[in-house]
Amino acid sequence: MSDTINFTIDGKDCQGKKGQSIIQAADDNGVYIPRLCYHPELTPGGSCRICTVNVNGRQMAACTTPVAEGMLIFNDTPELQDMRRALVEMLFIEGNHFCPSCERSGNCELQALAYRLGIMAPRFPYMFPQRTIDASHPQIYIDGNRCIQCGRCVRAAEELDGKNILGFIGRGPFLKIKASSSRGLAGVEIKPTDRCVQLCPVGTIIVKETAYRTPIGERQYDKKPIGAEIEGSH
Amino acid sequence: MAKPKIATTSLAGCFGCHMSVLDIDERILKLAELVDFDKSPINDIKRFTGQCEVGLIEGGCANAENVEVLRYFRDHCKILISLGECAIMGGLPAMRNGIPLKECLQEAFLNGPSVVDGMIPNDPDLPLILDKVYPCHEVVKIDYFLPGCPPNADLIWESLVALLSGKEADLPYELIKYD
Ligand code: SF4
Ligand code: FES
Repeated sequence: MSDTINFTIDGKDCQGKKGQSIIQAADDNGVYIPRLCYHPELTPGGSCRICTVNVNGRQMAACTTPVAEGMLIFNDTPELQDMRRALVEMLFIEGNHFCPSCERSGNCELQALAYRLGIMAPRFPYMFPQRTIDASHPQIYIDGNRCIQCGRCVRAAEELDGKNILGFIGRGPFLKIKASSSRGLAGVEIKPTDRCVQLCPVGTIIVKETAYRTPIGERQYDKKPIGAEIEGSH
Repeated sequence: MAKPKIATTSLAGCFGCHMSVLDIDERILKLAELVDFDKSPINDIKRFTGQCEVGLIEGGCANAENVEVLRYFRDHCKILISLGECAIMGGLPAMRNGIPLKECLQEAFLNGPSVVDGMIPNDPDLPLILDKVYPCHEVVKIDYFLPGCPPNADLIWESLVALLSGKEADLPYELIKYD
């Protein structure tokens, strides 16, 4: 018996391997499924739901669903794209995302997704929540205004850096990322080269004195949409 | 046939979006062939001369006058466009939204490092400052949004030409940016 799994995405014949999630198999076939909390180096979080696809008539998260023989998957449909747009818009209005003054602008996955999905303005009213900044560490700071609670930093700290230095506190709209010390970031072992610092998709975990080095026009998502690297691989 | 009229204003903005309108360079001559400018800081016309086809709004609503001007534009323009991040989401002025108004005023007019003999302005002639800076579409109905800080001149040009000629705008990926 072969380990190859045959399935289709938007009518395209694709092959996957046993043990892969839908998102991994799609990547291998050059099909980009929008995502935010997923990162190939980490255990999937399954929390943002941006990667929702239609599998045999049901909505499933592509990052946590194993690919299976004969799956009929729909990814780029008007309904799914609009649902993703709504999710991204919610992330924008729930935080304080001032793109013009953000160090991550142009290299931010949230912003890039909004560009790719063609969001001109959110349909929901802005909440302008109260969020905090932890600037206690000499080299790194956490700007809670921009956190989208994807949990990538928490998983990266645990799984890749091997230290439990970041976690969530609070619930619902008050959920926030925090260093696991009463002294904040200054009280934990963290350095700019840690994966937990580098895998934040937005401008929340920032290495000080590194901002605005790339000129406008040459930043990651200035010319090419997010996902082009996956679509271009085939 | 009379040319359609276009009006523009800057509410709580920095005039950067208006600079970007001028950044269409010599195409401004073509624009002048397509439209007549009505109330706008570009020609310094202070009052509407009648109903306009398009109104461009720069800046969000930070005070009572901004709200009044925005409503005035809504009444006089068939199509209203939020031009730039401040109109769309409040922009940099909205960074005060997380700070109580009293603290903002105290910092600006009493405790700021360059303040001498400070006092919080309270003249009835001054427009009343709002509790927060509001995006324009949370105050009146806005028909279209052109993001950017400022929006790219080509984005403004392509969108206006499409709108005036009744065509769907074909906007390349690089033109839509939030910064
Ligand atoms: S700090 Fe960054 S990586 Fe961590 S949860 Fe927030 S957005 Fe995600
Ligand atoms: S990427 Fe799958 S749920 Fe976030």
